[in-house]
Formats: sequence, C-alpha cells, structure tokens
Amino acid sequence: MATPLTQKHPSRFYTDESPVGLNRWHRHLPRWLGRFFPTGGGLQTDHEGQGLFGFGIFLGSETMLFGTLILTYVILRIANAEDWFPAGVLGPQRTPAVILHSIVLISSSFVIFAAERALGRGNVKWFRILLVITALMGAFFLVGEVQEWNTLDFGFHTGLIGATFYLVTGTHGLHVIVGITLMMIMLWRSFRPGNYDKGHFGVTAVSIFWHFVDVIWILLFTLFYIW
Amino acid sequence: MTSITPLEPLGPSRELLPTEPGFFTHWQQLLTFNRDHKIVGLQYMLSSFVFFLIGGLLAMLIRAELLTPELNVVTRQFYNTLFTMHGSIMIFLWTIPFLVGMTNFLLPLMIGARDVTFPTLNALSFWVFFTGAILMLVSFFTPSGAADSGWWSYPPLSVQSGFGNLFSGESIWLLSVLLGGIASIMGAVNFVSTIVWMRAPGMTLFRMPIFVWAALTAQTMQLIFLPVLTADLILLYFDLNFGTPFFNVADGGDPVLYQHFFWFYSHPVVYVWILPVFGVFSEIIPAFTRNPLFGYRTVALATASFAVITGFVWVHHMFAGDTPGWMRLLFMATTGLVAIPSGIKIFAWTATIWKSKLHLDTAMLFAVGGVVMFLLAGITGVMLSAVPVDLHVNNTHFVVGHFHYVVNNTIVMGLYAAIYFWFPKVTGRLMAEGWGKVHFAFMFIGSTLTFFPMHILGLQGMVRRISSYQPDLQEWNVVSSLGAFLLGVSVLPFIVNAIVSWKHGVVAGNNPWQATGLEWTLPSPVPKETFEATPTVLQPPYNYGDPNVVLFDPSDPY
Ligand code: HEM
Ligand SMILES: [Cu+2]
Repeated sequence: MATPLTQKHPSRFYTDESPVGLNRWHRHLPRWLGRFFPTGGGLQTDHEGQGLFGFGIFLGSETMLFGTLILTYVILRIANAEDWFPAGVLGPQRTPAVILHSIVLISSSFVIFAAERALGRGNVKWFRILLVITALMGAFFLVGEVQEWNTLDFGFHTGLIGATFYLVTGTHGLHVIVGITLMMIMLWRSFRPGNYDKGHFGVTAVSIFWHFVDVIWILLFTLFYIW
Repeated sequence: MTSITPLEPLGPSRELLPTEPGFFTHWQQLLTFNRDHKIVGLQYMLSSFVFFLIGGLLAMLIRAELLTPELNVVTRQFYNTLFTMHGSIMIFLWTIPFLVGMTNFLLPLMIGARDVTFPTLNALSFWVFFTGAILMLVSFFTPSGAADSGWWSYPPLSVQSGFGNLFSGESIWLLSVLLGGIASIMGAVNFVSTIVWMRAPGMTLFRMPIFVWAALTAQTMQLIFLPVLTADLILLYFDLNFGTPFFNVADGGDPVLYQHFFWFYSHPVVYVWILPVFGVFSEIIPAFTRNPLFGYRTVALATASFAVITGFVWVHHMFAGDTPGWMRLLFMATTGLVAIPSGIKIFAWTATIWKSKLHLDTAMLFAVGGVVMFLLAGITGVMLSAVPVDLHVNNTHFVVGHFHYVVNNTIVMGLYAAIYFWFPKVTGRLMAEGWGKVHFAFMFIGSTLTFFPMHILGLQGMVRRISSYQPDLQEWNVVSSLGAFLLGVSVLPFIVNAIVSWKHGVVAGNNPWQATGLEWTLPSPVPKETFEATPTVLQPPYNYGDPNVVLFDPSDPY
C-alpha cells in the first residue's frame, strides 16, 4: 500500500489548516488582531480602563447619530440648492453674538481640561472652581443660543431650513444640557469623602464628553453659519 | 449520550454543594431591578418568549385569512395591522431581546468572568426594553389601532395613517422601537466592554468560543449601525407628529433618504440575529460529533468579516425602487460577497460532522435542521441578490419565503437548539428527549410546509401584504396555512416539556454533554457566585476527541 508522499505528519491532522493554502495570513492576521485586544484577558480589576473604554465606544455610537442628522441636512440642502431659503428668509447669520457664544463654548474645552489637570495634581479646590466656570460658560452658550433663536427670521415650521436647523442645533443643545448636568454631579461628588480613592474616571469621561460636544459645534457652525 | 467518552475536564470543576442554591431562587426576582447578569438574561429570555407567542398568534390569524382567496376573517385595515405587528413583534420583541438575554446569560460564563462590566446599565437596559415592549403591545388598544404601515414604516404611507396624533399606533410604535434601540445600545456597550476586558487569563482572542466571536461582532455592529436607525426614526417622528418636511416630497424632502437610512441599519441587523445563532451551531455541532470545530480560526475571522461586508449591501432592499443602474450593479456585487463567509461556515460545520460519530440528541437535531434550512435560505438569498430576479419577485411571497427560511427556520430553530443545550445551566435539569423529538418533528415539517410553498406562490406572482389573491393560487396557500397551524401547535410540546422538566427533569450534573467550554465547569444550575477563583485557560476551544486531530499548533501563542 503506497503512502501519500505529500503528507508531512502522517499521524497528525490539523483541522485548522486552511483548505486553500492561505496559511500565511491565517497565522499573521490573528497576531495582528491580538495587538488591539489585551491578549489573554485577566483585566477584570482595571475599572478605570473599563469605564473609559465603555464610554468611548458609546461616544462612537453618538457620533453615528449626529453624523446621520448632519448628513440629512447636507443631502437635503444639496438637493434643494436653489430654493433652500424661502423668499424673504436670510437664514442663520454670523452675528457678533453668535460668534461670541461659539467662542465661549469652544474655549470652555480648555477650562475643563485645566480642571481635570488640577484634579490630577490633587488640587480639588481649583478643580471645583474651574468646573463651575466651564458649566457657566456652557450656560452662557445656551442662553445665547436661545436668544438667537428668538431673533431669527425663520421658525421650526419654515420648510426644510427650519426643520433641519432647529432639530440639529436642538439636539446639540440637549447635549450641552446633559454635559452641564454631569458637571454638577461631578461637583457634588467631589464633596464626598474618599471619592477619588479609585481615580477620577467620571471626571475624565465628562471632560471627553465636553470636548465631543464642542467638536460637534465647530462642525455645525461651519455647516449652518458659513456654508 | 451514554456512549460519549468522557473528556479531561477543562479546569477543576466545581461541585454543587447540597446547601448551595442556583442563581434563581424565587420567581419574584424576575420583577426586580436585578444586577446579576444571569437574572437579567432570564428576564430577557422569558419575557421575549411570551412576546414570541403573541407574534405567533398574529401569524396564525394572517394564515387563517389567506386560507381562502376572498377576504373573510379580518378587515383589510386590520390585516395591515396584523402583518405590521407580527413582523415588529418578532423582530424587536422576540429575536433581538431573546438573543440579548442568551448573550447576557452565557457570555460571562464562557469567558470566565463574574459578571458583565456594567451590571447596573445591564439591569437598566432590560427595563427600558420592557417599557418599550409594553408600549408596542398597548398600542393595539388605542382608538386608531396599532401601526399598520409595515415594519419598515416607509413614508409617506406611515406619515398618513396617524398624522398629528401623539397617541396614534404609528407614533407609539416609533417610541417603542426607539426605546428598544436605547436598550440595545446599553447592552452593546456592555457586551463589547465585557469581551475586551473581562476575559479570564489565558482566554486569548483565538481561544474564545465562536459564540463569543459572534457576540463581539454582532454587538459592535449594533454600536455602529443602530444610531442611524435611531436618527431616522426621530426624523420620522417629527414628520408624523409635528409636520416637518424631512421625507415630504412636496416640500423638498426625500422619502428615499428614509429608506437608505432604514436599510443601512436593517440589513446589518439580520446578522446581529443570525451570527449568535451560527455561534450556537458552532458550539453544539462539535459537542455532538466529538470532533473539534473544523477551521476554527477561519470561522472566527469569517464571523468578524460580516461586520465589514454588511455595511456595504443595504441597497439590495431597494433594487426595485428608483435606484440608479450603477448603484444596482454595485450593490449586486457586494451582496454576492456575503455568500462567501456564509459558505465558509456551512463548509466548516459539514466538515466537522464528516466521518464523525453522530449523537442525535434534540439539541443536535435542531442545530442540523437549522443548518440545512440556512442552506436553502442562502440559495434563495443569492437568487434575490441578482437584480433581474429581484425585480421579478420583489414584493411577492418569494421574498417572504426567503427571509422566513432565515428568521424562522434557521434562527428560531437555532434558538430552540440553544434552549435544549443550555437548559441545565438555568434549571439544573435536562429537558425530556422524547418530547423534544416530537417538537423537532412538528417544527421541521411545519416550517417546510409553511414556507416552501411561498417560493412557488411568489414565482407565480402572489403579492405580499395583500389579504386576498387570485383563486387559482389557493392550493399552495392551503398547504402553507395548514403547515403554519402545525408550526403553531409545535410550541405546545415544547412548553409542556420546559415546564415539567424545570421541576422534574433528569438531574444534569455539571456537564451532561461532556462539552468543552468554561460554562460546563460550573455546577448546574449555575450558583449566584459563578467563578469563585478566576479560572486560567490553557486549552484551545473545542478540544474534543481524537488526540491526533488537533485544533491548531499548540506552540502558537495566539
Ligand atoms: C446569504 C445571505 C443573504 C442574501 C444574499 C440575502 C439577500 C436578500 C435580498 C436581496 C433581499 C431583498 C428582497 C426584496 O426585497 O426584493 C432580502 C430580503 C430579506 N432578507 Fe435576506 N439575504 C441573506 C441573508 C439573510 C439573513 C441572514 C436574514 C435574517 C436573519 C435575512 C432576512 C431578510 C429579510 C427580513 C428580508 C425582507 C426584508 C423586507 O421586508 O423587504 N436575509 N434578502
Ligand atoms: Cu439585506
């Protein structure tokens, strides 16, 4: 009885050998993928890492939500390029007030960054002061935005421009409110004894969220006030 | 079962001490805000099974109406409500939540974790889902009746039926689906974090069971694609209740945009359902053939590849609309690609079974039945991906036949397989084999009789979602309806079996199937504190049988 010549290990059969001779990627791809995942696990006790990871992927999801709303606006505006603004409607204007409250919102990102740094150095007092300043800047933005809405020459029911503008900026405003609420919770928690014994993941997450809200505003400003 | 040679245990297995109760001691636990992943899993599974029965009842009514060509059981209006709510309940209240429940229960056990990363979020997720589910069911009792514009809820139809009425069926439907979406996002954040961070030492990426790979892929897809549907439904909610023109052509809006966003999520979601079921097949088939899963790494990577491919195929649901030619061609090509990873999996299961010693217990029967059905579903799926064929059979019962071969004959079959397989981990007892086989026989025959004739009817031109049809199509419709009633009856032996076995079944012991996998090192039922000491994993998955047949090179650390 002839033995097959090609068989290297007559007694061993590797069920995972690729049937079409793709063994190179077959071995290298897992190695490559393993770099993105803590290979071997055993990270159950890293609560800070887990929290930030979970929050990070949630923000990824949020990005898709905003992306869809913004894409709706862009597509509809391109499709209706000629009559986007109904007769007599000027649309959102780059008034000094709008520019001012936009600048305030965007600079508040640096303030919350400083707040987190202060907390990192263990300076809770400055952390509280800077956090309150950030929240006030956020509130200033909200008030400015509502005032601007009241002066605009179109409303929610003014065709597509009204619907897209108010829905998208409104969703963003809602996120600003959520951000300020989270900051208040962080402020309240900072008075609890032993709150920072396990690190300050919550504050980091709020800070990331606030940067996210600001980046979205830069995008919205470009699309609604400059385009 | 008795002839299975015992395996060397994967880790030291814990014995259930006589004083140690299972995790589930009082039924009242189901009504609480409970952070235990096993209770949350059970809450999801039991409530969604009740919704499954309701959805099934609606299907019986649909098939009763279609027994005769004339309209004689329900009104036309109510027929629209029937198929809309049947589809919505089966998708949003049964398939997705049941799988979430199963993942909740099994995932931490399979990777050697004590719980998920965010247990409170997990409990919250269930109650948000449950609120949404109750809303959907309550919408039947609103003055204008439940939603009736199909589960796609395409405008302009969906916006016409309850315009400006916050309590119309359509409006409540939208809220319900939005709440379900929020619950799914909470679950997805939890599951992905759990897989990345909570694996036991030694549980490397390529030692994870395929079910875990499937959960990772499916939940990542939820995170990416679900927000698009959420945004889409919010826009529709505004159109419906506040008269915005997003999807209103008269004012410059674009209803086709709704369709794009809808299918951008709703195509990927079919893989959110079927990948965990493929995972179930990949757990059960090796256990009952005593062979390692053939091509484990390829199957794992094929699973992950679905997440990429499914993002580029959604337009195949819109071939028949006003879709430009280049788009049709492009999406026809990408849709064909889906067949590759699907084929890899069927190949792997077949090769695992090849020349093995088959043990045809009920769980295995359901698994093999599901694979066979999926083969047929895949064939009709590839047919539909060809634009000319799709244009011919679009909106006919051929499409209904195709996707029911997937959603009922493959997915529901796989879920039953999972229930028979993991029942001991919940209850400590096995389900009765005899009744299980009766259930399988009814289900297999019933499914075939119900859904196969639909392909023929569709090719003959029977349009879907219409309550009456030409008289010459009646024969196959009668076959289909009788099959559906058999399918309906088939849940009875299952329910009786589950209830009786829960109390009086054969005591299972830790590992009744001699299966590999960390969940089988735990006592049955699983105690509240699962892993007292975190296990260390030293073996590849599916390490079954003949030592000469090895899964992969043990010297490879990945
Ligand atoms: C082999 C892979 C598959 C291919 C090539 C495929 C292809 C298609 C195509 C082209 C359609 C559109 C038919 C039309 O509307 O005219 C369709 C419909 C559908 N498919 Fe699939 N499919 C596959 C797998 C699946 C899976 C895995 C599921 C679910 C778990 C699924 C569920 C559905 C559903 C629910 C519909 C109907 C959607 C509607 O209401 O229009 N399919 N499929
Ligand atoms: Cu699809």
